[in-house]
Amino acid sequence: MTAPHPETWVEVRPQGLYVVPGGFYVDPLRAVDRAVITHGHSDHARAGHRAVMATVETLAIMAHRLGDQPDQATRALAYGEVVRVGDVAVSLHPAGHVLGSAQVCVEYEGSRIVVSGDYKRRADPTCAAFVPVPCDVFVTEATFGLPVFRHPDDRAEIARLLDSVRLFPERCHVVGVYSLGKAQRIIGLLREAGWDRPIHAHGALLPMCALYEAHGVSLGDLRPATAGAKGTPRDEFKGGIVLAPPSAIIDRWARRLPDPVVCMASGWMRVRQRARQGGVELPLVISDHADWDELLQTFDDVGAPEIWITHGREEALMHAASARGYRARALALVGYEDEGGS
Amino acid sequence: MTPFSQLLDRLIYTPSRNTKLALIVDYFRHAPDPDRGWALAALTGGLAFPGVKAGAIRDLAMRRVDPVLFQWSYDYVGDLAETTALIWPERRSNRAWPTLGEVVERLRTTARADAPDVIEEWLDPLDATGRWALLKLITGGLRVGVSARLAKVALAEYGGVEATAIEEVWHGLEAPYGELFAWLDGKGVRPDLEDKPVFRPPMLAHPLEDDEVEALDFDTFLAEWKWDGIRVQVVSRGGERRLYSRTGDDIGAAFPDVLDHVGFEAVLDGELLVVVDGEVRPFNELQQRLNRKTVTAAMLRRHPAFVRLYDILFDGAEDLRALSMLERRGRLEAFFRRELPSRMDLSPVVDFAGRDELERLRAGARDGATEGLMLKRRDAPYVAGRPKGLWYKWKRGPLTVDAVLMYAQRGHGRRSSFYSDYTFGAWRDHPETGTPELVPVGKAYFGFTDDELKLLDKWVRDHTVNRFGPVREVTHALVFEVAFDSIHRSPRHKSGVAMRFPRIARIRWDKPAAEADRLETLEGMILRGRPAADTSG
Repeated sequence: MTAPHPETWVEVRPQGLYVVPGGFYVDPLRAVDRAVITHGHSDHARAGHRAVMATVETLAIMAHRLGDQPDQATRALAYGEVVRVGDVAVSLHPAGHVLGSAQVCVEYEGSRIVVSGDYKRRADPTCAAFVPVPCDVFVTEATFGLPVFRHPDDRAEIARLLDSVRLFPERCHVVGVYSLGKAQRIIGLLREAGWDRPIHAHGALLPMCALYEAHGVSLGDLRPATAGAKGTPRDEFKGGIVLAPPSAIIDRWARRLPDPVVCMASGWMRVRQRARQGGVELPLVISDHADWDELLQTFDDVGAPEIWITHGREEALMHAASARGYRARALALVGYEDEGGS
Repeated sequence: MTPFSQLLDRLIYTPSRNTKLALIVDYFRHAPDPDRGWALAALTGGLAFPGVKAGAIRDLAMRRVDPVLFQWSYDYVGDLAETTALIWPERRSNRAWPTLGEVVERLRTTARADAPDVIEEWLDPLDATGRWALLKLITGGLRVGVSARLAKVALAEYGGVEATAIEEVWHGLEAPYGELFAWLDGKGVRPDLEDKPVFRPPMLAHPLEDDEVEALDFDTFLAEWKWDGIRVQVVSRGGERRLYSRTGDDIGAAFPDVLDHVGFEAVLDGELLVVVDGEVRPFNELQQRLNRKTVTAAMLRRHPAFVRLYDILFDGAEDLRALSMLERRGRLEAFFRRELPSRMDLSPVVDFAGRDELERLRAGARDGATEGLMLKRRDAPYVAGRPKGLWYKWKRGPLTVDAVLMYAQRGHGRRSSFYSDYTFGAWRDHPETGTPELVPVGKAYFGFTDDELKLLDKWVRDHTVNRFGPVREVTHALVFEVAFDSIHRSPRHKSGVAMRFPRIARIRWDKPAAEADRLETLEGMILRGRPAADTSG
């Protein structure tokens, strides 16, 4: 008997991607009975499921962000651990996206699908590196699914930030970062680059940083970026680096910063007009998603003959994957959007 | 290319003028010759490669990239040079990055058909930023927010000289400006341009503030009308003729009706106006002819240009700038009688018996042609820049209306967290329904203090009804007293009017919006031109 093709046992439903013989959804878009969650970003990890399976870190992030979910059963799974759910075997494997992020590998009667969630291929001091898992169908994101998105070396980007700090010692560098993943990665990269001074952060970022620390990711001397008396700029931020959510960096919150150089860490910063529209003075092209080359490289690495694309710019990626001999299909799942921190 | 591409990359994101200056000066300090000279030419708009068109860049991209993917990418990015720079699939290349000098010199000597091959060789070793800078340079139009003027100010700062000293030599020099940098580096003499038609930095006036009027000794000043045109310098030297703007831009190509008649040798200071049948036309007619590289026959016929002279800097080769205002006036009148230049006349001296009479004249100076008076010390030499106490502009009081705040937009740089740019409107009856509605009549972003800005910002946030990106629409409840110099018909605006120099004179926290002015009130302030050259009364 030949193994059943995943399209016979995995369905696209309004709630999301459904594994029929397992009776669960992966990253469902609305509340369901049973969910396997790839990572803690709010478009993937939603509230109200009755049973959730994820890594211990993702469960902790969900508990922190969504609050107490009464009557919810949770099951923590270590990377590589295999459990049976219904008639399928489920295992989680590092996706390299943020702390606890995982690809979901589902095997049914000798046929295997890997749902990667969001992923990146670069080294990241704050989370486990992506592991390619051979499979029959690889389900990918396409956030940066255009060939203009090729992320430069993130260490070179951090070096540009530090150069600018040296060039403008009287100013404060404020970096717009998403609170889960990007903030901690920037701190980690700065520490790797030898920046051992205190880093100040917007209050909204600190709890997630503490959660990272509690899971063994050390971030060094981190302090709240409180305002001076009556909201006046604080001199101690001069020559320093402050992290804040993207919405705060050019809004009222930023008035506490002395003559800030507005920086933004995101893959979207590759396109100049996008950076300029946001009032960004120093764009840092640092992303937690795979870039164009890495998306295509990953298809080769997992060796799947068939690629399903969940969200992002799927038409260009389908075109390129087809040209390389893959069967490619867009799932047209609506509801996964960029949370602003790509 | 490395330092140049890094410079452009920083400049394009930098809103602050001072930061831009610091970046350019830093570049001049570290970049070698002739690269920095070519960079200067690129920044001042003096570098063009007419042989390479946008289509050639697109064709080049097609050599390496799937056309479907390119088109989708271009649709997303919206800029051909940037799309090509980002999408370019690099091949391993042993070449070093080309220098800016190599790029410019090679392209200038390459046949049009060979240019794509040459460019392709450069694209491989460069990184994405380097490719972007290269393609921007080649296709022209850097658009990094640096004016020619700013580049020259940076040059002056770099060399430790006055910006006027740069302007004075600028138009006699050519890229890559080796002579200029040698002088600024103290390794060469100041370039000698005695026989070239260079720009002479003009003498500028201070505004005469109300509290200074009492103390001013009016008997020591000459008075002239302040014309509502643009300040120009007519230069004719060694058979070459130029028309320069106040900032030293060569605008002659758009004004052949003025320059073609120049047969004299001199440097003259005056006001560029549109004059039809001896009548000065409103400023917005002149505006039609500004900022153009060339001019059509129809424009020449409809809006003929004219220069009203008020000073003479050189008569032939003789430098008159050290003479007093009175002596120069005598020389100007003698020059005019001798040459009788076409499309020019003399700005008359306004006779007055004392301050009171002059104040009356100033108050009456409200028409399409004048915006007040100029006061020039009789004994003052012609000094470049804005010397104190020698020349004053004494503008008539502004017009004011009460208008209602409609939209507020975020500012830039230091003001990026503040809603600081305000669009305001006046009432009219809706053309069909007859119900009262506001129609935008202008936009202003200064005239208030920093403390007032904080209050306005809070008011905008508290009264937002709609958001459009950086713009907020607010409830129609706050009245501004808006001051402006004049108001003109403008078919481009919904209201049909456009203000000159609008600013917020007062915030009328107390005034109900319904009591703000109506559009008809503003239309009544529109003035027509009046006969020229008979205003010396």
